This record gives sequence, C-alpha cells and structure tokens, in this order.
Amino acid sequence: MKPFDYTRAAGRAQATAAAAGGAVYIAGGTNLLDLMKLEVMAPDRLVDINRLDFDGIEPVEGGGLRIGALVRNSDLAAEPAVRRDWPLLSRALLAGASGQLRNKATTGGNLLQRTRCYYFYDTATPCNKRDPGAGCAAIGGFNRIHAILGASEACIATHPSDMAVALRALDAAVELEGPGGARRTVPLADFYRLPGDTPQRETVLEAGELITAVTLPPPVGGRQLYRKVRDRSSYAFALVSVAAAVTMAEGRIVRAALAFGGLAPMPWRDTAVEAALTGESPSAALFEAAADLLLADARGRGGNDFKLPLAGRTLAAVLAEATGSGTGDAP
Amino acid sequence: MQTDLLINGASYTLEADPRTSLLDALRHHLGLTGTKKGCDHGQCGACTVIVNGRRINACLTLACMHDGDAITTIEGIGAPGALSVLQAAFVERDGFQCGYCTPGQICSATAMLDEIRDGWPSAATADLDGAPELSDEEISERMSGNLCRCACYPNIVDAIRDAAAEVAR
Repeated sequence: MKPFDYTRAAGRAQATAAAAGGAVYIAGGTNLLDLMKLEVMAPDRLVDINRLDFDGIEPVEGGGLRIGALVRNSDLAAEPAVRRDWPLLSRALLAGASGQLRNKATTGGNLLQRTRCYYFYDTATPCNKRDPGAGCAAIGGFNRIHAILGASEACIATHPSDMAVALRALDAAVELEGPGGARRTVPLADFYRLPGDTPQRETVLEAGELITAVTLPPPVGGRQLYRKVRDRSSYAFALVSVAAAVTMAEGRIVRAALAFGGLAPMPWRDTAVEAALTGESPSAALFEAAADLLLADARGRGGNDFKLPLAGRTLAAVLAEATGSGTGDAP
Repeated sequence: MQTDLLINGASYTLEADPRTSLLDALRHHLGLTGTKKGCDHGQCGACTVIVNGRRINACLTLACMHDGDAITTIEGIGAPGALSVLQAAFVERDGFQCGYCTPGQICSATAMLDEIRDGWPSAATADLDGAPELSDEEISERMSGNLCRCACYPNIVDAIRDAAAEVAR
C-alpha cells in the first residue's frame, strides 16, 4: 500500500474541505482498503468520516425514512421499520457479503463500491476504469460476470451492490453535502452514470461531495422479493439479481417496481417492462414478454451470454412468486 | 501515529504508520498472534475479531480508525484450561483439522450467537418479523464469511449448535 496522510474528521465541514482538497473519504473501508492494498486505488490522503453524526435511522414526514450514510449494513437490515415496511431492502442487504463485512460496510459506502471486474483489480492488465484510455481487457477476455445492458466499448463492468438494486426499486434518493455546506438531493435513478467513454466516472458526485443520507419514500407495500442467482449460495456477488415490489388487486398487477443487479454498470430499472405488466393478469406469456422487453437491447460478450436466458428466467420466476401465480421456481 | 486500544480489557498504545491494518497491529506490533492472516482481503475470515461487540475482518480496517475502541481477540475469549463454551464444543466436535481458521471461526461464532440473541435476521431467515431460530441452515449462512479449507464445515456447525444449546441451558 502506498503511504498516505490520515485525518479523522471532527465535523462535516472539515471532511468536505479535506475532500475538496483531494482527500478520499473512508467509512467502513471494506472495499477501499482492499483496493488500496492492490494499489488499484492509491490516495495521498484519507479523511475518516466514521465519527460524524449521520449514523441514525429516522422517520421523515409523510411516512418515509431517512437512513444516515454511516448506518452499517447489518443495522439497516435488522432495523424493525425496514423489516416491516421495506422488506425488500432487508432482503437485499442480507443477500450481500458476510456477517463481518455487513458490520463494517456503510449505506453510503455500499452505493459507492467499485466493480469486481477481474481486470479492474489486476493492475497488470489494461482497464479504462482504472487507467482511462488504456483499453478494456474484459472485452475479448474472460467476461462471465460482466454486463449485458448499459455497457460500452470502453467498459463492460457491472455494479456489484445488492443494496443499491433494492433502493432503485424503492425509489430512494441520495442526500449530498458539498464543500461550503451546499446540500442537494439526487434521486438514485440519476445518481449513477453509464460508462460511455468515461467509465472512470461512475456517479454524478462532484469534487468533495459527501453522501450524508439515503431517503426512502413511504412504503409501497405489495409483495417484495429479492432473488439473487450466484455461483454459491452465500457470500458471492450476483450473476443476476431481481428486486421486485408487486401489488395485486382482483387478479391483476396494479403496480410493479423491478430493479436488476448483475446485468449492468448500475442498478438497472426499465419502466417499459413495468408498464407492460401493469393492469395485466399474470401469465407465463406475460412474463416472457416482460423478459423480452427487458432484454431487447441486451448484448452478450461471449462468456456472459448465459446471462440473457438467466435474466429472463429469473424475472419470470420472481414475477410468478410475487403475483402468486406460480411456485417461483425458474421455468 | 498514536492509537489507544483496549484489547481484551487491557490498554495498549500503538505507534504505527497509518497504513497498519488492525490485523497487523495485533500480530506484529502488539504480539497478539492468535488472530490469523489468511487472505488479507476480507474473503476468508481468519482475522475475525470483535470490535465494540461486533465481529469484523481485522485485515480490512486500519488500526488508527479504532482509537478508543474495545477489541476482543481469541486471546480474550479463552485459554488452555479455561476454554469458552464454543471452544470446548469445537474440541468435542472436532471442528478443525489444521486449526488455522479456528480463532476466526470462534470469534465469528461468538459474536454471531449474540446477533441471533438480538434477533438479527439473515438470508436464511424465512420470516423477517419473527425471531430467528438457530437451524443448521442459519448457522451455515451466518458463518459464510469464515472459510475452512480443511472443509470441517459439518463439524463446525455441530459445535456451534451444541454451544448455543449449552449456553441456553
């Protein structure tokens, strides 16, 4: 690991001022320190935000929830209000990482974790995300875990978070504070950037901006499911994951919120898929049509071609379970 | 830089480069070599320690981030002749072969049983509203952050189940 200066921030203003000057925030550190050991990331300065005061969960007016950015993944998953009113979020958090990591990892840090693309991690290979302009070794290389939606010729890495997929389906927003105290709120839908020609820029965060909270709108109810398909049954990243919140009335789907992990450089949501389901009676044909819509622009790169049928089948299985029209087993 | 740590009830003052992980601080600076380094990337769990009551990977955190924190390592859990209930159960059930992962398994399981007691759900918990039961499936899921390359998993699950029953008695 390269040497760095370490500062423990006593307040938000000190933290954002340090970051505006080039320091990198450290909270849980479970991803950042991993990357620093490999020198994939090599900041000159770290500013430790662990002792700042946004570590609580509180109801907000109108029935929503504000989750402090420093709330640990394990605390958020176990929070009674989340388990009761936003069970999708608990399920997604519990599907990720290990007990030890969830005790450290924070809400803000989880949103900002980096891809697990092997070539991003391997500094002996070219990677446009790590070293802009170097090229992409995953295209034409081993790309079993890579994106089939939203990728570019510069980068086909996926976003690894489970939590962010659930938050995307739940219409979460991200509260930010910049240097000088400027605050803004960004819907999670607008928080991530697709790679295009600049895969090194993953979010709309500006220099020094700090995530202080994630907010959830009032509970949407319905049946909430998080289905994660992976190479082993625990402690592995998603090949495909589906977050679903589906409300039924009189045998018809009246609301379907769906987000997908493992498929794209960001938690993926496709409102056309949701619109096609809304108002319809559940059937295998309907679910197949939804999968076709989702995957209309999907493209495999060889190793990840299997994700196309896997995504379609996982979506159909989740919809069958969420609508009560089947066992939920993949067809 | 200087960091004050309370480890197994004793005060230590660490003077180390900020790059020093909590794991390296324990092993190389403070002589507490019971905590093991396996992968050094948070994947194997051999370095699991308990910080302020929570199990974490000591390899993936900087010692300087823990100024003032209370840390329990395997040295603070039991000793020859005074084994913890979990340690005795691991011996009884043969929950290891080479033993390298065992300090991490014991620290992890010790804190995991507290998590169950506090009602934390896991991915294996069918009902998020109910109190989790300590089924074998729950134990396996909750211990998935601790690898055993000797693959003593069935005996580790047996040991944890026995220890939980013993404590409950």
